[in-house]
Amino acid sequence: MSVLEIIIALPLLAALAVWLGAPARAASLGATFVNLALVLYATVQYAGKPAGLAFTNARVVLDNPAISFAVGADGVSLILALLTSLVMLAAVWQIEDRPNIFYISSLLIGGGAMGAFLTTDVFFIYAFHELALIPTFLMIALHGRADPAVRKAVAWKATIYLGAGSLVLLAGLAWVVLEFSGGSKLTFDLEALRNQAQLTPLPVAKQAQIFFVLLLGFGTLVSLFPFHSWAAPAYATAPTPVAMLHSGVLKKFGLYGLIRIALPLLPQGAQVEWVQNALLLMLLGNILVMGLVTIHANRLDDTLANSSVMHMGYIFLGLAAGTEIALKGAVLLMFAHGVSIALLFGLCGRMRNQLGTLEYNKLGGLASHAPAFTVLFAFGAFASIGLPGLANFAGEVMIFAGSFTEFKAGELSNLHWTVILALWGVVMSAVYMLRAYRNIFHGSASTGLFMIDPAFSQRLPFILLAATLLITGCCPWLLLNLMKSAL
Amino acid sequence: MSVFTIEAGLALLGLVLLLVEAFKPDISRRTLGLTAIAGTALAFVLLLVVRHDTASLPSFMQPWHQLDTLALFYKGFALVITLLVLWLTLECAPYLTRFTVDGKLAEMFSLPLIVCSGMMWMASARDLVTVFVALELVTVSFYVLVAFARKSALSLEAGVKYLILGALSTGILVYGIAWIYGATGTMSFEGIAKALANPATSKPTALFGAALILCGLGFKVAAAPFHMWVPDVYQGAPTPVTAFLSVGSKAAGFVVLTRALDAFLATGSVISTEIQAFLLVIGSLTVLLGSLPAMFQTSVKRLLAYSSISHAGYLLLALACRETARFDLSSGGIVAFYLATYLPMTVLGFLGLGLMRANGLGEDIKDFTGLAKRNPTLALFMTVSFASLAGLPLTAGFIGKLFVFLGLADHGYWGALSCAVIAAAAGFYYYFKTILAMYTTEGVETTALTISTASKAVAGVLAVIILILGVYPKPLQKVLTSGEAAAVAK
Repeated sequence: MSVLEIIIALPLLAALAVWLGAPARAASLGATFVNLALVLYATVQYAGKPAGLAFTNARVVLDNPAISFAVGADGVSLILALLTSLVMLAAVWQIEDRPNIFYISSLLIGGGAMGAFLTTDVFFIYAFHELALIPTFLMIALHGRADPAVRKAVAWKATIYLGAGSLVLLAGLAWVVLEFSGGSKLTFDLEALRNQAQLTPLPVAKQAQIFFVLLLGFGTLVSLFPFHSWAAPAYATAPTPVAMLHSGVLKKFGLYGLIRIALPLLPQGAQVEWVQNALLLMLLGNILVMGLVTIHANRLDDTLANSSVMHMGYIFLGLAAGTEIALKGAVLLMFAHGVSIALLFGLCGRMRNQLGTLEYNKLGGLASHAPAFTVLFAFGAFASIGLPGLANFAGEVMIFAGSFTEFKAGELSNLHWTVILALWGVVMSAVYMLRAYRNIFHGSASTGLFMIDPAFSQRLPFILLAATLLITGCCPWLLLNLMKSAL
Repeated sequence: MSVFTIEAGLALLGLVLLLVEAFKPDISRRTLGLTAIAGTALAFVLLLVVRHDTASLPSFMQPWHQLDTLALFYKGFALVITLLVLWLTLECAPYLTRFTVDGKLAEMFSLPLIVCSGMMWMASARDLVTVFVALELVTVSFYVLVAFARKSALSLEAGVKYLILGALSTGILVYGIAWIYGATGTMSFEGIAKALANPATSKPTALFGAALILCGLGFKVAAAPFHMWVPDVYQGAPTPVTAFLSVGSKAAGFVVLTRALDAFLATGSVISTEIQAFLLVIGSLTVLLGSLPAMFQTSVKRLLAYSSISHAGYLLLALACRETARFDLSSGGIVAFYLATYLPMTVLGFLGLGLMRANGLGEDIKDFTGLAKRNPTLALFMTVSFASLAGLPLTAGFIGKLFVFLGLADHGYWGALSCAVIAAAAGFYYYFKTILAMYTTEGVETTALTISTASKAVAGVLAVIILILGVYPKPLQKVLTSGEAAAVAK
C-alpha cells in the first residue's frame, strides 16, 4: 500500500461518510487536513529521493488490455497534489451555512483531481478526471448563482464543451495506446507506453497528428482559445468552492496531461511546424483576445473568470517552447495560478454573499471597513498580475526566459514573436486587476454598500493561500528542486 | 444430475405453479412468488455444482446440447435475471394487480420460469432447430407477459405489436433456416461452418439464408431497422417484463447470434466478408437510431427503450470485430462481458422505475424531478445506474464500451467507430438530463418516498456490483477467458 493510495482515497471516503450522515464540516475538514499533511510528508520524502517515480504501487484490474490501478508520483505530480490539497482545504474551509452537497462535491472534485495527478495508468488518469467533472456540472446546474434557466444553460454549455473535449481526448489516448502498446497486448500503463515510445519512436509526421488530437482534447479542458467560451460563464456562475476547485485545480489536468502523456510520448510532435504554429496562434488568442475581453468586464466575477482563461496562455507558451526552463516555469505557474485564482474566487464569493452584487459601478471603498479582507485580496490580485515576490512572477519569468532562446539578431522565429506579443498580456493583467482593485476597495461606493472583515477563523483559509503565494514567490526553489529531471 | 435436468426441472416448476394457481385459487401471491424465486435460486446453486458434469447428459440430447463456458455463462445469466425479475414482480405486485383482469398475478410467476429454461436451453444449442424451438419457447411466453396488464390500453397495444412483429420475425427466421439448410444440407452449426468453408457451396443461396437469419434475430435483439417495436412495447409492458425483455430476451438473442456468426464467419467461409460488412452497417445504424431519438424522449421508460436499442448496436459492433488479435477475449466473449455489465445497470434502472411507480409516480423525466430530496438513497442508486449506462469511467458500462471501441479501432473500422462515439456522446446527454432532474431542488414536492428495505438492499447490491466491475473487471474477464480456452481445447 502506497501513501498515494491513501491520499486519493481519503477525500472520496470522506465524501461517502458525509453522504452517509457523518458531520459534514468536521469530516471534510479533518480529511482535507490529514490529506495536506500526507502530501507534505510525501513531498518532503521525495525531496531526498532520486529522480523518477516514487511511492509506486500497482494493482492489476484487467490483464488484457493491461489496466492496473497504478499510483506513482514525481516532482510534477507532487506539486499538483500539493496544489490540490491546499485548494481543497481552503475550499472546504470557507463553506458556511450550505447544504452537505457542497462538502460532498468539493471532496469529490478534489479526490478526483488527486487521482488524476497521482495515478500512472492512462485509464485511471482519464477516469478520475471524469469523476471530478460530474459534480462540477451538477453543482453549477443546481446551486449556481443565477436564475435556474441561466445556470442550467451555463452548465449544459460547459458539459457539452468538456464532454466533447473528453471524447476527443479519449480518441487521442486510445490512439496512443494502440500505437505504443507494441507486441501482442494492449497496455494502458504509462511507463510501458513511454518505454515503447523510446524504443521505437513514431515517424515525426504521425507524432504531430497524435499530438494535435491530444492538444485539442486536453486544450478544451484547459479552455484553450478558441474552445474557451464555456469557462468564463461557468466560473462566474459556479458556487464558490466549485469555482475555486475547478479553476484552481481541475483545469490544470489538461496541462498536466500534456506534460505527462503528450510530451514524453511524442517528443517531436509539439515542435513540428504546423502544430507549433497552431498552438502559438491559439495561445496568443488566450492571452491577447481574452486579455481585451477581461479589460472590458464590468463585474468582478467576470474579470476573474476571464483572467483565468487568459493566464492559461502563458502556460501553453511554456509547453510550446519545450525547453527545460520553460517547462519548469509552466509547472510553477500552474501551481501559482491555481493558488491565486482559488484565493480570488473564494474572496469574490464572500463579497457576493455579503453585498449581493459584484458590479464595479456599485462598489467602492470597501477597504475602510474590511482592511484584512483587502490585504488578502491584494495578495491574490498582485500575484495574478505577476508582482515579483509572489509565486506567479517566478513562473512567468521562467516561461518568458525559457521561450526566448536561440536568439539571433535580425532573425525572429514565430516563437520569439509570440513571446514579444505575450508580454503585453502582463500589461493587460495589470490594467484590469488594478482597476478592479481600485474600484472595489478605494474611493467611495455610490450605493453606500460596505462590508466587514470575516471572522478570524474564516480568514484562515485565505491566509493559508496567501502565505503559499508569498512563500513560493520568495523561495521558488522549494518547488523547482522537486522537479529534478522530471521534465 | 446434468445441467439439462435443471433446465427441464425449472420448466416443470413453472407448469406446477400454473396448475397450483388454477386449482387452488386462494393461494397467496407471496407464496407463489417466493416458491418461484426459491426454485430459481436452487437452480442457480445446482448449476454451479454440476457445471462440469457433461457425462450425465441424457444420450438422446448429446447431439443438441453443448456445455462450453459461454453456454454456462449465459445459463447463469438467465437464472440471475429471472430471479431479479421475479423479485421485482413481487415488489411491484400491489401496483400491477390493478391492471390485471382478476387482480392476480399467477402467470407472472410461472411464465418467467419457462422463459428462463428456454433461454438456458438456447445457450447450449448446437443446431438451428434447437435454437428455433428454444427461441419460440421464450418468445411465445413473452407474448403473454407483455400483454399481462390487460386493463391498461398501453399494455394491450404493446402485446399486439409484439405478437405481430414477433410472429413476422419468426417467419423470416424459419425461412432463413430453410435456405441455409438448402445451401449447406445441415442444421448444426459445426456442419454449417464446414459447408461454408467449402468453395463449392452456393454463395448466393447461403448469403440469402444467412441474411434472413440475421434479420430474424435482429428483430429479437432490437437491431435497426427492425427496432421499431421496441419503444412502444417497452413502454406498454409491465415494468418487470420490460426489464426481462431488455436484458433476458436480448441476451438470449445475442447468444444465438454469437453461435450463428461463429458458423457464418468461420475461417474460409465464403460469405464472411459480406456478413461482416452487414454487421458493421447494421451495428452503426443501430447505435445511431437508438441514441439520437433517445435525446428527445420525455418518458424515462421510452428513453431506456431507445438506450437498449443503442446498447444492442454496440453489441453488434463487438460481434463484427472477429479475431481480436490483441485481446484475450473473442468477440463472443466481449459480448458476454458487455451483457454481464449491462444486466446490473439495466435492472437497477428498471427497479428504480418500478419503485417510483409503486409510489404512485409516473415514468416521465419530470416525475424524477427532486428525487434526491425525496429519497436520496434511491436517487444515488439511480445515478449510478444511469452513469453506468452512459458509460462513465469507473463504472461497469465504461469497461464494456472500452472493449468495443478498442476492438473497432484495432481493426480500423473508423466509420463504425465514429458512429459509436457519436452515439456515446448523445448518451451522455440524455442520461445526464435525467440525473440532473433528480437533483433539481426548486419547485419540487418534498414528501418522502418510501421504499422497502429489501428493495434498498437489492438496489444497493446492484449498484455496488456496477462500481466493482467498473474498477476491478478482472474476475469477470477471467471467467470468460477460461471459457474461451476450454471451447478451443474441445
